[in-house]
Amino acid sequence: MADPATAVASPRSAPRRRRMVRDLKAMPGFTAMAWITIVALYLPIMVLVAFSFNENRSVVLWTGFSLDWYAKALENDGIRNAAWVSVKVALFATVISTIVATMAALATTRTRKFTGQGLVYGIINQPLMIPEIVTAIATLSLFALVKKLTGLNGIGYLMMAHAAFCIPFAYMPIRARLETMTLTLEQAAADLYAPPFKVFTLVTLPLLGPGIVSGAMLAFVVSLDDVIITLLIAGPGETTLPIYILGAIRRGITPEINAVSTILVAVSVLLVMLLFFVQRRMQR
Amino acid sequence: MSKQDDTVALAAALEHNRRRERLTRFWLLAPALLIILAISILPLGITVVYSFLTPGTYGGVTWEFSTDSYVQFLFQRDIFDDTLVFNSAYLSIFLRSIGLALGATIGALILGFPTAYFIATKPREQRNLWLFLITLPFWTNLLIRTYAMLLIIRDEGIINLVLMKSGILSSPLAILYTDTAVFIGLIYSFLPFMVLPIYASLEKIDFSLVEAGYDLYANRLKVLFHVIVPLAKPGLVAGGILVFIPALGAYITPELLGGGKKLMIGNMIAMQFGASRNWPFGSAAALILMALVVIVLLVNALATGREARGNG
Repeated sequence: MADPATAVASPRSAPRRRRMVRDLKAMPGFTAMAWITIVALYLPIMVLVAFSFNENRSVVLWTGFSLDWYAKALENDGIRNAAWVSVKVALFATVISTIVATMAALATTRTRKFTGQGLVYGIINQPLMIPEIVTAIATLSLFALVKKLTGLNGIGYLMMAHAAFCIPFAYMPIRARLETMTLTLEQAAADLYAPPFKVFTLVTLPLLGPGIVSGAMLAFVVSLDDVIITLLIAGPGETTLPIYILGAIRRGITPEINAVSTILVAVSVLLVMLLFFVQRRMQR
Repeated sequence: MSKQDDTVALAAALEHNRRRERLTRFWLLAPALLIILAISILPLGITVVYSFLTPGTYGGVTWEFSTDSYVQFLFQRDIFDDTLVFNSAYLSIFLRSIGLALGATIGALILGFPTAYFIATKPREQRNLWLFLITLPFWTNLLIRTYAMLLIIRDEGIINLVLMKSGILSSPLAILYTDTAVFIGLIYSFLPFMVLPIYASLEKIDFSLVEAGYDLYANRLKVLFHVIVPLAKPGLVAGGILVFIPALGAYITPELLGGGKKLMIGNMIAMQFGASRNWPFGSAAALILMALVVIVLLVNALATGREARGNG
């Protein structure tokens, strides 16, 4: 009889042992490493942003605050043209990719499971799986062939290439939103004799709104930031802002580059922060 | 109406419904699939064809079959007697790239695992903010982040400035345009890809298992390597792949931080379509890179498949 008694008593001794390991989840040094990661991720960007406000030509020595480099950047025709091209391409890519991604997301979540569903996911996510440089040279080869056969030129090629690689980025949040939406409201509308088109425009679409907005913003940011595919495909006069920045860095470092870079970073960060809040509201 | 008529009518209605659903699905999927097939997948086929053609004089290709691109990868044709001599120039670029990508993966793991663990053990309300902080750099331009890194590690950059002002060094550390610079740049570029999947598997860990480990007199290291790491393995593998693959095909990092001298596969491929103009060879190199990526993914798929079967 003594044995079971000690067996019952033993859990009571466990807290004493646990006190030796003060916090169950703590690992020594891990907190420090996490902070090193955060500092390493943010320090370079902070330095870049700080020196865009430097009054001196130097990107090393701080002499005083000024907005001169922003004024110079905004007066620079090369930068203004590049910014305009970037916005045009990104807007086109966003509209096209968001529309087709919404349709595809509806098809993969609002119909019964079908054979080939895995293949469809594979195709939609394909631009994410292949190294960007491979996509870039492959698309360049295709476009060179099409240009030779049709004689057509223009910025349309660049726009379509951007639309293609933006599709998976637009698709993911839209599909995620559709998966968390219950069918009850749509069924209720259908029960009340709403025709399918009205169910879609008056019930599904408003509910899906935040997902579509998230998808569109991701697509816009991804298009705006692309370097490699654009670098290989863009013809003369189709220089986007990142390509302009790359060229400028190769020519020599100036605070003007810091200023343009800061503007581009600010646009991306603002959009992504907006997205973060949209998604937070979605969860509520 | 008989009961049988009802059943037949119902079956017909269902069949009609199903057909309509299939049609709707087809038209909803068509545009997205068409764009990706035409602009992302068809070009891969063209790349395969191009890799077996002869380079044109001013870029592009001439339509003459040749396996030279693949031969050129390993050998150099002697101009005089047409014999093949082993040439390790391109192979060494591939091996360098694999080495750098592996190194960056390990570096990202050493920084990323503790970070993911730290976030996963934070109170639930704080985790989202931390994850946001980790993902935010990913959404800012990779080129600009690489340029920011260049500013920091330059001879006149802030790291050398601090080291020299504080008297630790008398001359600057020459990091820029070396392998070290590329290595640092690759870790910096792809670190978020390591943290997120590891976090995803750590978050699911039942910490009573850790408690059990301590109750069984394991010390911290033992709990870490025998309880936590095995449970986090899917995340570690996913993170490793997500860092290794983009690092292997990196273009911007070696271009800016390697100064165009320390080439990686990505730069070599791009060069074939620019200055040195050998499209077939560039296509072949791109396909070899693709093959490497596919091998990594296949090995992973096989390993996880075997594990799933082993556990089941």
